[in-house]
Order: sequence, then structure tokens, then C-alpha cells
Amino acid sequence: MSSFWSVWIIALTVANILGCFWLIWWTMRRRAGEAVQGDVTGHTWDGDLQEYNNPLPRWWLWLFYITLFFAAGYLALYPGLGKFAGLLGWSSHGSQYEGEMAKAAEKYDPIFKQYAAVPVADLATKPEYKEAREMGKRLFLTYCMQCHGSDAGGSRGFPNLTDGDWLWGGSPEQIEATITNGRIGVMPSHAHLGDDQIEKVANYVMSLSGRSVDAAKAEEGKQVFMTVGCTGCHGMDATGNQMLGAPNLTDSTWLYGGSPGVIKQTITKGRNGVMPAQKDLLGEEKIHLLTSYVYSLSQK
Amino acid sequence: MESQTTYNYKVVRQFAIMTVVWGIVGMLVGVIIAAQLAFPELTDGISWLSYGRLRPLHTNAVIFAFGGSALFATSYYVVQRTNQARLFGGPLAAFTFWGWTAIIVLAAVTLPLGITSGKEYAELEWPIDLLIAVVWVVYAIVFFGTIMKRKVKHIYVANWFFGAFILTIAVLHIVNSAFIPVTLTKGYSFYPGAIDAMVQWWYGHNAVGFFLTTAFLGMMYYFIPKQAGRPVYSYRLSVVHFWALISTYMWAGPHHLHYTALPDWAQSVGMVFSLILLAPSWGGMINGIMTLSGAWHKLRTDPVLKFLIVSLSFYGMSTFEGPMMSIKTVNALSHYTDWTVGHVHSGALGWVAMVSIGSLYYLIPRLFGKIEMYSMRLVELHFWVATIGVVLYIAAMWIAGVMQGLMWRAVNADGTLTYSFIESVERTYPFYYVRLLGGAMFLTGMLIMAYNVWKTTSEGRVADADDAIPAPAAH
Repeated sequence: MSSFWSVWIIALTVANILGCFWLIWWTMRRRAGEAVQGDVTGHTWDGDLQEYNNPLPRWWLWLFYITLFFAAGYLALYPGLGKFAGLLGWSSHGSQYEGEMAKAAEKYDPIFKQYAAVPVADLATKPEYKEAREMGKRLFLTYCMQCHGSDAGGSRGFPNLTDGDWLWGGSPEQIEATITNGRIGVMPSHAHLGDDQIEKVANYVMSLSGRSVDAAKAEEGKQVFMTVGCTGCHGMDATGNQMLGAPNLTDSTWLYGGSPGVIKQTITKGRNGVMPAQKDLLGEEKIHLLTSYVYSLSQK
Repeated sequence: MESQTTYNYKVVRQFAIMTVVWGIVGMLVGVIIAAQLAFPELTDGISWLSYGRLRPLHTNAVIFAFGGSALFATSYYVVQRTNQARLFGGPLAAFTFWGWTAIIVLAAVTLPLGITSGKEYAELEWPIDLLIAVVWVVYAIVFFGTIMKRKVKHIYVANWFFGAFILTIAVLHIVNSAFIPVTLTKGYSFYPGAIDAMVQWWYGHNAVGFFLTTAFLGMMYYFIPKQAGRPVYSYRLSVVHFWALISTYMWAGPHHLHYTALPDWAQSVGMVFSLILLAPSWGGMINGIMTLSGAWHKLRTDPVLKFLIVSLSFYGMSTFEGPMMSIKTVNALSHYTDWTVGHVHSGALGWVAMVSIGSLYYLIPRLFGKIEMYSMRLVELHFWVATIGVVLYIAAMWIAGVMQGLMWRAVNADGTLTYSFIESVERTYPFYYVRLLGGAMFLTGMLIMAYNVWKTTSEGRVADADDAIPAPAAH
């Protein structure tokens, strides 16, 4: 903030507070010729509208004074008057946020640290680590449920984490990597193929999971599938590739929906799935517990 | 009718009747969205009935259509009668009625279509904003023009409040609605980031401060002394609370942005001025309620006065609650919860709607040549249905809000959150049902009013209304 604006803010703030004091003082003075208490002021509007000239109620005046003095005191102690930082040296980011975060780290970090060296597979399954799984679940309900749902069942575009079907791999290491660094799953648009070819590929894709389709179209669609680039990610047998997060097309799990219309839409427009990286937000130890919880969901 | 020897009651009648109509429309939309919160799948799949589109329709309809029409009606009535002058500018007053009504209709079409600027309480897109600016400037010309040609020496206190409201809303609306137009239905705010947020809430809180508080105090300063038949309690109190109120309200906006990217200094200044606001706000309540001293017995028998005085009690309650909620430590609990919704409705239903309803029950018979409403028993019934409705509404939202705030901040021994967000939603359902009931009761009251108004106006005759301007009193 420049000095000009600082002075501007201070001047306006102080002027308004002092103005309130002056206003009280000015209206409390009794002027010569003024109506006395209990008398009307002498003006009449619209036939019968009149005003008494009663003094300001004392309790109300005290209330006003208290808030004015509080304001002056608060602005002396806390940042408010332009660039003046306040006598306490308080700031929302510095002393409050960082102070509270440091305190929390000191208190809670050791609790998470105690599980850091335990392998995920043990945390996920062994009875003595029930509390660790509970902690992982609580973390999940704070940071993950917005997309994956409170039961981790996922929703359209957000994978189900309980079904044992993994886009990027379901080993503890793979899950931990997914949470730590995030994932970006890209299905490119294939609008250039034209509606006719897309219709045929869609028929082929649906035939892979044993659904009844137009056999002739599916046969032609297979040729398209094999030649226009689908196999690059989904593989020759269409079972997907966990290195790329390319889904298996031969099972009945559909991330964005499996109706003919939605499949055609996916092929035409492409998809862009993002799992955000949690490394900086949560840190290794919390991610370790989250991994254990997520891993445990498909181990039953 | 158009002669300079009568008051212009036609525009007052038009706005008064539309106040009742828009009140029913706005509150009906409110009841629908309250039902959507209680039963989330109610209108699933119908985009223009979705919560996100109806909510701004509700707020715009109740604030600007219902509240705005009530203010136009009463300010036009009061400014004429207390200045002994016909409304200035001939057809300009009629222009404000048709202009304002056109704006409301445009809002009712564009908001459900999803055409919105996304600024709370200023959702209308830039072409409508321009129309609002034009109508508002004409309103100012009519109002201040009437004061200029007054036949009395002193300007009555109600007009100070109406005047401050008209001037300030013009400034707030024009500054906050500065848009860079892209298409006819889309513009982008002129301000970036945190500055945009600050401008928005400088506007947003002063919409509360000047539209919903100052202006309705103007209404209060005419209709309470009139209905009570008593002089205003204290002239000097009205002076000090008027100036203190309008100067400190201007600062209060940042309390909507506590613990955000807004710089600390702005948050602090917003908080202390919000606290200073307590006494100036209560000044109006004291002046209104104490006007009744010596006439308290009238409260027992006069339902119109009940509306007016109970509205001031809700006013006092919400203007105490507001400064408390602006304290950062309290705000850390209350912000983003239904407590805020409860607070707003204790002001909006308890204060704004009830003082308007009371004033209309005074005004409407007089505009149609009658002494009082068709049925005072129905006014009494309306009073009780509305009061119980408000109490149910705000009590439900208070409890829900405090519960949500406490659930959101509860942590386990390991520092993780005790409750997931959805758990707090689940626990809120019972309170959403009670709120729906309270809101439906308030709407029912408006329907009772509509019947009563219809009977009163169809029995009355416009020609019988006492609209002759008296000769200036000799001083």
C-alpha cells in the first residue's frame, strides 16, 4: 500500500470515529429557544405529525461510547489504520494461520508419524491397525469424498475405489503414487472420424463386453479400432494400459457411462480426467494412511 | 386529477397493489427453494426450476420487487403529504412505475434462463442494470424535485431517510454494476479479484444498509407516529442516529469477507464500524417504540400497530445480531452456515416485510377512500400467522447454523475433522422442514392480505380518497 492510500484510509477512519463523538456532543447541547424536554419542537407536518425533543437515552449513549472506544482500541492493537500494523503485531496469515498450523503440526504430526514405517498391506489388513484405517477414513472423508463419494463408490467421471478395478494400478505403491502426484487421464477427441465410423467403433467397443450389437457394424468397427489409433492406449485386446490410465474396455465398468450415446460422445469429444496431486497439501504420512484406507476398500 | 391541487395517488396506488402481488410471487419462490432444500430431488432435471436459478429470482423479487415497490409507494405518499406538494415532474412518476415493473419482469425472465452476472443481489445483466440506473435517476428527480417545491419550511425526518436511500443506492448500483459488455446477455465485472469482491460487498452490505434499513426507517418515521397518533419520541435522537447510521454503514461491507484474501486492514475496519453501527441502528428502534409511550394500550387492539411495533422488535434484534456476527471470532463460527440465512430473514421478514405490511394496511384504505381495511380481524390473523412463521423460520436457522458451525470445526484427537460435510447436511434436514413451514406460513399471511386488499379496494372508490393538498399553514 502506498503512503498516500495509507494516509487516506487513516484520515477517513479517524474522521468518521471522531465525527460520531462530535455528533453526540453537538446534539446533546441545548440551544437557546429550543423546546424543553417533554415539549414538541413546534413543527407540524401533514396535519398531526410532531416531534418531542427528548434527550438521548443515557443507556443508549453509553452503548454508543463503548463501541466507539472499542473501535479506537481495536485499531490501535490490530492492523486497520492503513499501513500501521497494530501494537500486537498480529496478522491473519503470519501470526494466526502459520501460528496455528505450527501448533497443529507439533501436536498431530507424531500421531501420523507412528505409522509411516508400517507397510500399507499391514495397515490395511491387520487388526492392530484398525485405528490407522479409521484415521485414513477420516482423511478420506475430508479430502477425497467430494469427488469419489463418502462411500468411495465414485460417480460419473470419478472412479469407484471399492471394486478392485484400477485405472492406474491397485498395488499399494501405485495407489500411493496416484495420491501423491495426481493423475491426468486423457482420451483425445476423434470427431474427425465422422459419425458413421464412430457409430461402428462404438458397436465394436460394446461387443467387447458381450453386449448385443449390430454384428456387421461391430465387424467394421473392429477394423477402425485397429487402424485409427485406439490400440495405442487401450491395447490390441482393448484391456487397457495402467501406465497410461487407459481403461479396460472389455469389462462392464464405465467411468463416464456405458450407454451407446455416452460411448459415442466419449469417442467424439474425448475425455479429460484429473486427480489432483496431494503431496504439498497432505504430506507423505497422511498420504500413507490414505493409501492404506483406499487399498483396504478392495481387499474384502 | 392531474391538477396541482391534488396529490398524485395514482402512482402510489399502483406501487401499493404491486407490493402485495410481488410479495406473493417472491415469497412463493422462496417457499419453493426452501422445499428444494428439504426435498432435494423436487425439480430434478428442470434447469429453469433449479435452486441456483430460483434463489437469485427469490432475492431479487422480495428485495427489489416487493421491498422496492413498497418503498416507491410509501416514499411517494410520504414526500407529498409531508411537503404539501404534488409529485414533481408530471409523467416522470408514472415512468418510474412502468420502468421498475419492466425491470422486475425482465428479471423474472432472465434469471430462470440462467442469465446472470453472478454478483449477489446484483445478478441482473448489464442492459437491465442500465435501465435500473435510468429509472433510479428519474426516481431521484421526482423525489427531490417534490422536496424542492415543498410548502412547509422544515423537511420531515422520514424524508431524510428516503433521500439518503435514493442517493446512496444510485451510487452503489452504478459503481458495482460497472461491466465490460461482451454480448447482450453477458458482461464481465470491471474490477479484478479481491477488489471485485470488496466492491461487491460494499454494494451488498449497503443494499442491506440503505435499501433494507435506512429506507424502511423512513417508512417507520411516518407510519408509526401516524398510526399511534403520538409525536415522534425524540427529534435530537433522530438527528444523531441518522448521520451516524449513514456514515458508518458505508464501512461495514468487509465483514462479509472475513478470513478471505481481503487485506487485514479492510477486515478490521469493516468489523469495528459494524460494531459502531449497533447504537445508531438502535436509535431508530428507540425512536419508533418510544413514540408509543402514553399509547401502549393501542397495541392490544390495533393489529396495524402490532405489525409496525413488532417489526421494530425484529429490527432491534437483527441489528444487534449483525454487529455480533461481524466480530471475527463469532464470524468464524457463523459464516457460510444457515445462521446467516436466519439473520437475513429476521431482518427481511421480521423487519422489512412486517413494517411494509403494517404501512400498507394504513395506506391502502386511505388510497381508496376508506377508513380502514375491509376486515381488521383478517389483519389480526395475518399478524399472528406471519409472526409465528418468522419465529419458526429464524429459530430453525439459528439452531441449524450453530450446529453446522460447531460440526464443521470439530476435530478428532489426530486433528482430522470429526464430521464430513454431508453429515452436517443430513443433520440439517429437520430444520429445513421447520423453515419450510415457517416460510409457508408467512406466504399464507400474504394471501390473507391479498384477499383483504382485494375486498377493500373493490368496495372503495378512488374518487373518495382525500388527496386535496391543504393550503400552507400561516406561520
